[in-house]
Formats: sequence, structure tokens, C-alpha cells
Amino acid sequence: MLLRYLFIFLILIPIKAFAIIEVDITRGNLSPLPVAVSPLSIDENSKKNFKKILKRENLGSEISIIVENNLKQSGLFSPINKDSFLQKPDIANLKPRFEDWNLIKAQALITGKVTFIDEKLRVEFRLWDVLAGKEMMALAFTTVPSNWRRVGHIITDKVYERLTGESGYFDTRIIYVSEEGPKTNRVKKLAIMDQDGFNNKFLTLGNELVLTPRFSPTNQMVTYLSYFRNLPRVYLLDIETGTQEVVGDFPGMTFAPRFSPDGKKIIMSFAKDGNSDIYTMDLENRIVERVSNHPSIDTSPSYSPDGKYITFNSDRSGYQQIYVMNSNGKNVKRISFGNGLYGTPVWSPRGDLIAFTKLHKGKFYIGVMRTDGSGERLLTENFYQEAPSWSPNGRVLIFYRETKTNAKGEGFSAKLWSIDLTGYNEKMVETETDASDPSWSSLLTN
Amino acid sequence: MNRNVVISFGLHTLLVVITAMSLPFLAKKPIDLPPIISVELIQITDKTNIPFAPKAKKIIKKIKEKEKEKKVVSEQAPPKIVKKEKPDAVPLPDKKIEKVKKIKDKKQNPEKVETEVKQTSEFEKKELFDKNTIAALIDKSKEESAETNKKLDKITQDQDKSIDLGGLSLSEEDALKAQIFGCWSIPLGLPYNENLLVRIKLQLKPDGSIIRSEILDHARMNKPDQGFYKVLAESALRAIKLCQPLRVPSTGYERWKELQLNFDAREMLEG
Repeated sequence: MLLRYLFIFLILIPIKAFAIIEVDITRGNLSPLPVAVSPLSIDENSKKNFKKILKRENLGSEISIIVENNLKQSGLFSPINKDSFLQKPDIANLKPRFEDWNLIKAQALITGKVTFIDEKLRVEFRLWDVLAGKEMMALAFTTVPSNWRRVGHIITDKVYERLTGESGYFDTRIIYVSEEGPKTNRVKKLAIMDQDGFNNKFLTLGNELVLTPRFSPTNQMVTYLSYFRNLPRVYLLDIETGTQEVVGDFPGMTFAPRFSPDGKKIIMSFAKDGNSDIYTMDLENRIVERVSNHPSIDTSPSYSPDGKYITFNSDRSGYQQIYVMNSNGKNVKRISFGNGLYGTPVWSPRGDLIAFTKLHKGKFYIGVMRTDGSGERLLTENFYQEAPSWSPNGRVLIFYRETKTNAKGEGFSAKLWSIDLTGYNEKMVETETDASDPSWSSLLTN
Repeated sequence: MNRNVVISFGLHTLLVVITAMSLPFLAKKPIDLPPIISVELIQITDKTNIPFAPKAKKIIKKIKEKEKEKKVVSEQAPPKIVKKEKPDAVPLPDKKIEKVKKIKDKKQNPEKVETEVKQTSEFEKKELFDKNTIAALIDKSKEESAETNKKLDKITQDQDKSIDLGGLSLSEEDALKAQIFGCWSIPLGLPYNENLLVRIKLQLKPDGSIIRSEILDHARMNKPDQGFYKVLAESALRAIKLCQPLRVPSTGYERWKELQLNFDAREMLEG
């Protein structure tokens, strides 16, 4: 027994670790990660079948191009030119020769295989760590062939998540207001497209003016502003069925609608007799509740992701500023104190930031600040831009920007732009027509 | 039967309690060691307190005289002689110890303590200035004894640290850092408010290439809510592999054949 305790005692005696030299690495580079996206291999039989169904020559190659473009657009990755690849796709998918990929400075490699099985599209892909010489991830998807573009987006989301540590935003859609015609007589239609600008569809005909469309967290519904009997009203549209309805029976105009995080309520502004306050309407029982009550203009409400708080803009201080209050309307606090006017506050899906539009000395800025108003950062400046909307991972903002017209009133255009939180990687989002008021959906697949 | 079980249980409990109480490191973490520093200084102070200085002087004189007589011992003599003399040289009466302790309890004259430390340094010079180590550099046969002496010496934590930092010179460390800064692509999706420190232990070849790399907090890799840590750790490993061979000093392989790199992304992400 004594020996046992002696043994335990000896084990527990701390042994002084041998002093080892330590070096602290506190800096790195933020340059895009070099990644090689190998064309997905495809057998001849599958190639013929997909060509017949989708009119696409080489689906494997086209899916890899989608992945490559997505990664490039994110600004965090630098896809390597395919011409420099030394290994063929079919062999690379089985066992990459890491020396070859190392030679072209790739740090990550994506390979895969496309097959036609039982009238369906099956896509396998693998993500490799070239420097470590090991597989990081392998997944396979089966879907109807017409979903081939989405497969490319889903692969990108998975790769992005694995390499950056945050969820992706590629398998998403953007709803916006499509604009055509001269500035004085614009035809505005609701339109929806994939985040990369493909699969564009118009949801309304353009007979009525439409503004501020917002996605529901469920992605089935959209709320927006349109005109009903010459009064601006909040509408609800089911994207799948195409049915739409007016939200609530208000004796005045309603505008600036947005869904609650659970998708069960719509929060909006209701204006009457020169006063505008914030209201919510429960979509199940249609009960309307007043949230703010102040003789000033309160508008542009946006919920925090947990639904406990609401941010909005108000001119109760004499100038338009951003405020935060509890979801029951209590404990109102002003959070913006900088020079200029602040508007269109939108709470980040991460919950840590609020994006806004700022007007100062004749210029418009898109910026972010913490939810207590500290840490204001202006990301981009222009002649006219507004209405930021967050990507579902809270990394990127999409907004619209208008150009100046010349003396004859020519040259006007409105386009969608995106920018990431760092303030870099500002890019125009391609749309078929002029575009404004974008709203980013959440991920279509989780 | 039950009685035996109760007695056995009781005795076991007693043993565990005794064991636990006799193992102070169970109650305190090793990091709580710093108080030892003050204990060391107190002892030294006792021996060199001003009231005993005349005695000490006499002893020093005696030692010097003996040294002169021998004419063999140079200034670089091994410290052993002093070590032996130290306890003999300053015999302290108990009453005096109590007085000194009282002074310390009252925390009087911190400046005095400083001067006292300086005085002690004269005594301790030969011990702190470890000639055995230097000798070992010249004569490798002495290496073992030098290390043994080092372990026997009561080195304070501060001194220990200075030895660690002495591993690489500033310029050597800067060169290594600059190389790895260029190779480390920091994943931008990491959460700001989490612990973003990855510690990697490396075994290196003399040319700076890597024999082995080991993530020290490997357990965090598989924790469900620490998915970002895996991403961060992989990026750090990629940086090391991309950078190798590392820019290590051309000499002193024994010093840096094992290196620990602490990758911390907070500074970069918080801007």
C-alpha cells in the first residue's frame, strides 16, 4: 500500500520543463490565399448526357469556373491560372502530386468528379492542403442537373468555411429593384438573382413603383413597398407562388418594412399627420403593435439577430441620427454622434456591428459602427450611395450607387456594389438593368 | 466486514488528506513560485546586515589573506571556496535574526534592501557569475558538472527568464519573425473575441528545415465550439512549411534545435 502511495507521489512531483526558446508571431499577411481549382473530372458518358440535357459542353469544367469566380470575388483567395496546372483533373482527384501543385505556389487545391447517375447530377469534391500534403475535406452532392450552378456555390461555401473559419455566402440570392428608362420616368420592377448575378428573374411587371424589398429569413417571402390606391403600402410576396398581399389595414402610409429574425413579424414605419412611428405586425394573427412613440420621424427599423433590440433612425434630436431600443420600445439610446446625418441602420447577422448610410458635406458614405455607437468606420465614399444590406455571414455589404448626370440630364445610372468589412475589395455586382435597393438572402442550404 | 470497510475507508481518506496537505504544489500552481524570490533576498540580507559587517569584513580579510598565501587561486577560481565559507563566515545569533525579521515585517526602508542586495552581490558574485558554464564552453568535459551546478544554484524566476531570452539575439529573433510574417496568411473569418493563440513546438535541423512540428494545444482542435482554432492552427502550420528552411542562426544549434512559435492573430484582426 505504501508503495502505491509512493508511486502516486512520484508521479505527481512536478518536473521543471526544459526551457525552450519562444518566438511570438503577432503579424502575418492578409494577401489572398493562392488556391488551385482543378477542373472537375467527367467521364465521356456523363459529358454526353449533360450536354443533351443542359446544353453544356463540359459541366466539370464549368462548375470549377463558378467556384473559381466565387473565391476570386471574395477577395480572400487568389485562384491560380489553370494553364499552369501540371496534373490532369482525373488523376489529381485520385491522388494529387503535391510537388506539382507546390511548384505553382498553390497552398490549397480543389479537385472533384462529376457523374450522371439515375438522371441526376452527382458531384464529388475534395479540398487538399498542398503544403501539408493531406486532404482537408471531401463531400459529395446529388441533385437534379438544372441545379448545377448551385452545386458550384455550395462547394465554394464549404471551401470558404474550411479555409477562413466563417460560413460562406455564395449559395444565396439577392432581391433588388430593377430600373429602366430615363431618370424622370423610371420603370421599377422587383427582380431576384443569384449572388453572382446569374439566374435573374423579374417578380413584378413594373406597373407600380416598388421600393425597399427585404428577404424573409425563410427565403420564401419578400416584403417591400409599393403603391396601393396611390398610397405607399407594405406588401408581402411569396416568391414560390407569386401571390402578394397588403400588410395590415393602416389609415396612412406604411414604409421601410423588414422581417424579424424569426420571420414571424414585420417591422415597419407608419406615418400619419406628419408623424412617423415604428410598428410591428404579427404575420400569424395580424396583430399590430406600436413600438416607438415620439413626435418625430422614426423610420428604417432593423432587429438585432437575437430579436431583443431594434435599431432605427430618428430626427428627434433635431438631425437624423441612429438609435437603439429594446424590442418593446423602451430604453431608447442614441448611438451616432458624428458630424452629418445618419440613416438606414442595419444590424449585422453576427450581431456585433450596425451598417449605415451617412451624409456629410454633400457626400454619401457607407459605414459600420459597433452597436453602442463606438468604432465608427466609413468604408466607402461617393456622390450618392445608400441602403446597405449584409451578406449572411456578416462579412460583406451590398448597396447601390448612383452616378451624376450631365447638364442635359444624361449619364444617370444606378448599380449594385459590394464591399467587405475591411473597406477593400469594392466591386460592382453585374445586373441586367440598372439596380437599386438590394437585399441579401440568408444561405439557401445550411 | 462492514467495520473493516469503514476502517479501510477512513484510513484511505486520512492518507489522501495527509498526502494532499504534504504536497503544496497541489494547492498552488507552479506559476505561484515568484514569492521564492523574496525569501532568497531575505536570507541574503540577514547575512549581510550592517551590524555584522565588521565580522564579515574580518572574514573577508582572512579569506583574502589565505588566498594570497596560497597564490594559486586566481580571480577565476571556482566558486566552491566561497560557498563553503558562506555559512561559516556569517554565524548569526538567534536574537539578531528576530530583530531583522521584525524590521522586515514592518517593511521599512525599501532603499536599504536595495543596498543590501548590492552588498550581497559581492558575496554572491562568484556564484551568480557561473564560471563553470564559461569553462564548459571551452572544455566540453566540464559541461556536465556545469549543468549540475546550475541546477543546484537557486536561480530565481527572473534570472531563469533572462536565460531563456538569451536563446536568440534580438536580430536573430527579428530575422525569424520577419520571415514567418511573410509566410503566414491569417484567416480573416476568425472571431475577434476568442483566444487566437496557437503554440507550435518545432524540432529543427541545423539548416533550419523542420524535422517535426507539434501543436501544443492540440485538444482544442477537436472541440465543437473551437472550429476556428483548427483553421488558425492549420494556417500557422502552412506558414511554417512555406517558410522552411527557417532563418536560424548559423551557430549554436543546441540552443535552437527546439523552438516554440506562438502565433497570435488578435493584433492583426483587431487592427
